Amino acid sequence: MEYLQNYLLVSAILFSLGLFAVITRRNAVAVLMGVELILNSANINFVAFSRFGGMNFSGHVFALFVIIMAAAEAAVALAIIINLYNNYQSINVDEASQLKR
Amino acid sequence: MSEFLFWFITALTIGSALMVVLHSNLVYSAIALIVTLFGVAGFYVFLWADFLAGVQVVIYIGGILVLILFGIMLTNKISSVNISHSNLNKGVGAIVVLGIFVIMVRMIFNTPWLQLSKPEPSQTVGEIGRLLMTHYLLPFEVASILLLAALIGSAMLSRKEN
Repeated sequence: MEYLQNYLLVSAILFSLGLFAVITRRNAVAVLMGVELILNSANINFVAFSRFGGMNFSGHVFALFVIIMAAAEAAVALAIIINLYNNYQSINVDEASQLKR
Repeated sequence: MSEFLFWFITALTIGSALMVVLHSNLVYSAIALIVTLFGVAGFYVFLWADFLAGVQVVIYIGGILVLILFGIMLTNKISSVNISHSNLNKGVGAIVVLGIFVIMVRMIFNTPWLQLSKPEPSQTVGEIGRLLMTHYLLPFEVASILLLAALIGSAMLSRKEN
């Protein structure tokens, strides 16, 4: 717990898992969960560098901005997903090519 | 003790993240995501970011995860009990992700990182507030406009036609 590398490794694992979800999942909500994992891994990196590196509290502020952006992104993405469901009766990202038809 | 706690939180976070990615039932995935987000909040505490840990619990677990659960419930018919789906192209995806992961691990262990031994800050909230009101004032205001735009946009997208 006293080394930067531990945190970077955990963050790399979370990033890889999130990327795997984004690539392979077909359900749009599951893709959204993968994006949340990726954003969390970036946040761990920001805070770890602010603890060990030279960026003092700027890392905390940036992590805060990332959390704000994640909230906005989740709201808009779920609105799009519900719109998609109303039009197609499924939220499979392979079939979704238009928002309106 | 804290060493043990750190590795416990690490195992919990990675295990539940695996469940998020691989479980076929979406509701279980969302519940596992709660555990992952709590684990990340634990990492923030280890990294002396107590305020961020609180924000993580309030916004991610109290807000975003409830939104995701709503999304799962609204996009599945109540009568169909089985809320599941399988992954697509698992093999190709695993190879690509594993390659990226190996590159990242090599980068992490080969780079000579700057590691300063700093004293633990007595408070973080005051310093974050000072930075938000001085150095990062413009991004702060832009973030509020972004939230307003997301609010209006999502309300407009999800309302019924006519």
